[in-house]
Amino acid sequence: MADLQEHFDRTIERDQRVEPRDWMPDGYRKTMIRQIAQHAHSEIIGMQPEGAWITRAPSLRRKAILLAKVQDEAGHGLYLYCAAETLGADRTELTEMLIEGRQKYSSIFNYPTLTYADVGVIGWLVDGAAICNQVPLCRSSYGPYARAMIRICKEESFHQRQGYELLMTMMKRGTEAQRAMVRDAVDRWWWPSLMMFGPPDDASPNTARSMAWKIKRHTNDELRQRFVDMTVPQAEALGVTLPDPELRWNPERGHHDFGAIDWSELQRVISGNGPCNAERMAVRRAAHEDGAWVREAAAAHARKASAVSRQEVVV
Amino acid sequence: MTTFDPHATPPAADTDLPAGEVADASPGNAYEALNEGDDPRWAYGTGFADPLAGVDTRVPDGVDAADLAAYCLMLGDDALVMSHRLQEWCTRAPELEEEVALANIALDLLGQARLLLSRAGTADGSGRDEDALAFLRDAGDFRNVRLAEAVNGDFGHAMARLLVFSTWRLALLGHLTGSRDPVLAAVAVKGVKELTYHRDYAAGWVVRLGDGTAYSRERMREGFAAVWPFVPELFVPHEVESRLVVAGVAADPATVRAEFDAVLDQVLTAATLTRPPGTGPAEPLGRAGTHTEALSTLLSELQDIARTHPEATW
Repeated sequence: MADLQEHFDRTIERDQRVEPRDWMPDGYRKTMIRQIAQHAHSEIIGMQPEGAWITRAPSLRRKAILLAKVQDEAGHGLYLYCAAETLGADRTELTEMLIEGRQKYSSIFNYPTLTYADVGVIGWLVDGAAICNQVPLCRSSYGPYARAMIRICKEESFHQRQGYELLMTMMKRGTEAQRAMVRDAVDRWWWPSLMMFGPPDDASPNTARSMAWKIKRHTNDELRQRFVDMTVPQAEALGVTLPDPELRWNPERGHHDFGAIDWSELQRVISGNGPCNAERMAVRRAAHEDGAWVREAAAAHARKASAVSRQEVVV
Repeated sequence: MTTFDPHATPPAADTDLPAGEVADASPGNAYEALNEGDDPRWAYGTGFADPLAGVDTRVPDGVDAADLAAYCLMLGDDALVMSHRLQEWCTRAPELEEEVALANIALDLLGQARLLLSRAGTADGSGRDEDALAFLRDAGDFRNVRLAEAVNGDFGHAMARLLVFSTWRLALLGHLTGSRDPVLAAVAVKGVKELTYHRDYAAGWVVRLGDGTAYSRERMREGFAAVWPFVPELFVPHEVESRLVVAGVAADPATVRAEFDAVLDQVLTAATLTRPPGTGPAEPLGRAGTHTEALSTLLSELQDIARTHPEATW
């Protein structure tokens, strides 16, 4: 046992990857399953706010882009559930934990999408924040997760550019009504995007252990600062004002200062009282329950087919 | 990925773009490049202002341009409307693999619709682009078969409709690969590959559900019963189609009935199902602009934003 622990510690220390068949502490396994499952749930729930606009997309090109993006999110959910399965988790059980409210997904998806500009702002800010969070996870100590994240980050980066391009088109070539839509969407999504990095470091109980295990590489506040610094020049290029009067460059720190985040709002949304929590869960639960007969039928057919092929082998 | 530079385009080293693309962007703000023109690489197959670039789009000699445009609308509207019904499944599919597959099929059909609508707008000389045709026509101007517009039911209904639609359309496009119109032939060559997968996907589910549990068998049987009244319409040519068959441009829907029947019989037998009783009108109703009320409801959603903001650029 001591040898196994020592081998694990050495793997982490040398920045090598932990693989599915390696011994790992129970706490590491549980933490990884929880992290990967919550990421997978976020991808799947995250299909809803944008997916709602596919049938109404205002041009066929935008429709194709959005449909492909939402399809990518389903694909990300699939690889992440597969990565969790390499740790002994079961996709059906994880899905049930989600719809019973025993596992969380990213709170950002509990906000509504009110106009087509929200599709662009989600791409720019929400996917942008997700990328800041996720790029370091490409170096996660757990191999299957790290490898899944490389592909996911490539696709997220593509989505972010598409979102930004939509906003750029609306701001630079659109009507005044379209520009107003973009400004309104930026106002609504800016603060929730900053909350995507999680609670401040002094209130984040799991950060230290996750950093020690190298399943997390930067603290929440470090990543949040990077996102703000990255986004400010993009907002300028777009011609929108981020809704924070305290946002300004601080030459001494070499970073932007920004205003205080309303953590009580995050707490409210995480605890189930955001604008769309109930709706998001209801849609996911309905898909799962309405599809139960289809999955049962597929399993029944597969059993019949394998019984037939066994008989043929005997004959 | 060993460093994380907040000033770079997020995962700069990992984007799908060639290396030079990232290096060319100005160092201070990688997004400045986005101000200039339209980069078609942002989404595969979604960035071309002219989807028919490179194909000879002149109307072939002896072909009536108005007929050709009307025919392209027929095939394009079938794909656009069927794609819409599949898009409605998004976030509601029974399994994640089905989310991915249904979106994939919807994207293929949307791609076919875009090519065909663009062709219609150039062939008739009106200069209307794909969006003008998709968003600014009323229900009576749509030329799709009524099968495509029917309101979604459960997953059994979706698979019954997709099997019927894809078997029929695959047979038509198989003939169209030899069309005298080079654009239709090119669209058909691309579409045959796509529809072969759509038909295979639907057939697999029809068999699993038909030969699954007693409940799924009943759902599948009801799915076919709901779809069947729209089947006779698929095989009756509209006069535009008849004229274009003579001109060597169109596929005659009457001639693909045998192939359709053979495929359906094979799949239904494997699924332990039989053809539903009952039938529907054998007239080209949708092709002539006579639709069910499902189409106007569908279009009010499809066209909502585009019509609310007529001056907008997206």
